[in-house]
Amino acid sequence: MQLISKNNVTGKTKKVANVNTALAAATCALLGTTPLVQADEGVWEMDTALLYYGETDRVTAVEGVFSAKKDFGDEHIFSGKLVLDTLTGASASGAVSQPNAQTFTRPSGKGQYVIGAGEIPLDDTFKDTRVQLEAQWTQPLWDDMRGSTGVHLSKEYDYLSISVNGSLAKDFNQKNTTVSAGLSLAFDTIDPEGGRPVAFSEMVIDQGQFANEQAYQAAFDATRQEDTDDKSTVDLMLGVTQVINRRMLMQFNYGYAKSDGYHTDPFKVLSVVNDQGLTQSLVHEDRPTERTRHSFYWQTKYALDSGVADISYRYATDDWDINSHTIDSRLRFNLTDNTYIQPHFRYYQQAAAEFYQPFLLEGTTLPSFASADYRLGEMTAYTLGLKYGMKMPSGNEWAFRLEYYQQDPKNAGFEAPGVLQQLDLYPSVKAVIAQVSYSF
Amino acid sequence: MLRKAQIMLAFLISTQLVGCANLGVQPWERDLLAKEEMALDAEGNDLGLDDHIYFSKEATSGGRAFAGGGCGCN
Repeated sequence: MQLISKNNVTGKTKKVANVNTALAAATCALLGTTPLVQADEGVWEMDTALLYYGETDRVTAVEGVFSAKKDFGDEHIFSGKLVLDTLTGASASGAVSQPNAQTFTRPSGKGQYVIGAGEIPLDDTFKDTRVQLEAQWTQPLWDDMRGSTGVHLSKEYDYLSISVNGSLAKDFNQKNTTVSAGLSLAFDTIDPEGGRPVAFSEMVIDQGQFANEQAYQAAFDATRQEDTDDKSTVDLMLGVTQVINRRMLMQFNYGYAKSDGYHTDPFKVLSVVNDQGLTQSLVHEDRPTERTRHSFYWQTKYALDSGVADISYRYATDDWDINSHTIDSRLRFNLTDNTYIQPHFRYYQQAAAEFYQPFLLEGTTLPSFASADYRLGEMTAYTLGLKYGMKMPSGNEWAFRLEYYQQDPKNAGFEAPGVLQQLDLYPSVKAVIAQVSYSF
Repeated sequence: MLRKAQIMLAFLISTQLVGCANLGVQPWERDLLAKEEMALDAEGNDLGLDDHIYFSKEATSGGRAFAGGGCGCN
């Protein structure tokens, strides 16, 4: 059937084809049903991104992401992700600055590096390439219930992480409420270059005291454990998503994670200083072999007339005494039908781990565990960013993101002896994040 | 005074709970919620990249998604 109608004003004719189909579609839309069950396969949705992360005088990372998603019909959805990244640059070793130059042995035992007077000891050995693969399958099961299962693999030169996950989600109340429960099991293996240091063993520094290369190597080897070590993590997550009204939805998550095994960073050391604050030796750190974490996460999304407000808050606590608060907000403003800008603000605050110490004092009893890794110390951090996105006539989308990230470590109540009072023990870390994304 | 406050608090909580039962929308009111940018996992790659950065630089991870495993990133 084909109708031809005539516009009385312009006198032009227009064709209305397939009125039956149009009427059927309109009726279905009103009734909220889908027309005749036909498991139409969707198209592959591809998202790609290239990220640059650069810290002033420290680490530089470049990360590429390729993710793909497809609905194979009736909400049987596959999603996969490939991530490649390279890391170069320097990382804080944990040692304190000194009024004189300091010599350190590289973690591999091969070679040394020298840090100038008053400078922050950064180990510039870092160079790594990492590949990450993820695959996830989600499908409806029964009675408004969905199931999802996936695998995750991350491999770098000295580290391998494999995990599997599964989750169930059930809709209630006309799909206004969704309750979910998920479980993830992860297994990590570490095999650092030069072996894992023996806990609190002293860094062997060749300053001409060894008769020959073999004598040095024997002394170095005595501080190392050659075999690999591992860590297993069980993650449990319970969530509720609730539609509040036509513009707002909320999500609440409770997360529990318990990890067992090797948590120590094999590249981190502590300075042992005397009562003048002068370094007498350097020892390798040691962390507990267990950690239990709890997190409480709340997120709200609100649809503005032309944009979206996205605000989240997370409180996390663990048995290492690291309590943290995170506020994250993204505010999207649509400039036109096809372009938007999105400011981003994030604030983070953490308390120090119970075993965190910026240095050890000579002559005092060695603690059970100790680390001078600033990432386990007290700190605040903030991120300020802006994203610009534009949809092309083809439907593909480009987006550009530029952000500034700053970490400000704090003194968690440690009294610095002697010369350390004049040195910066808690330097800030400043980074620029730039990202280009393309979706097609 | 304290008793009055308790009654007031109980009243407030009960009205809020009744309110919860009315939360949500009808299927034909989902026009705004159905927008791509309103999905909780919109901008998935950005969120994944951010998780990786903050996992490497801070002591807390997870919350939005699973916390464990990952990488030996420095």
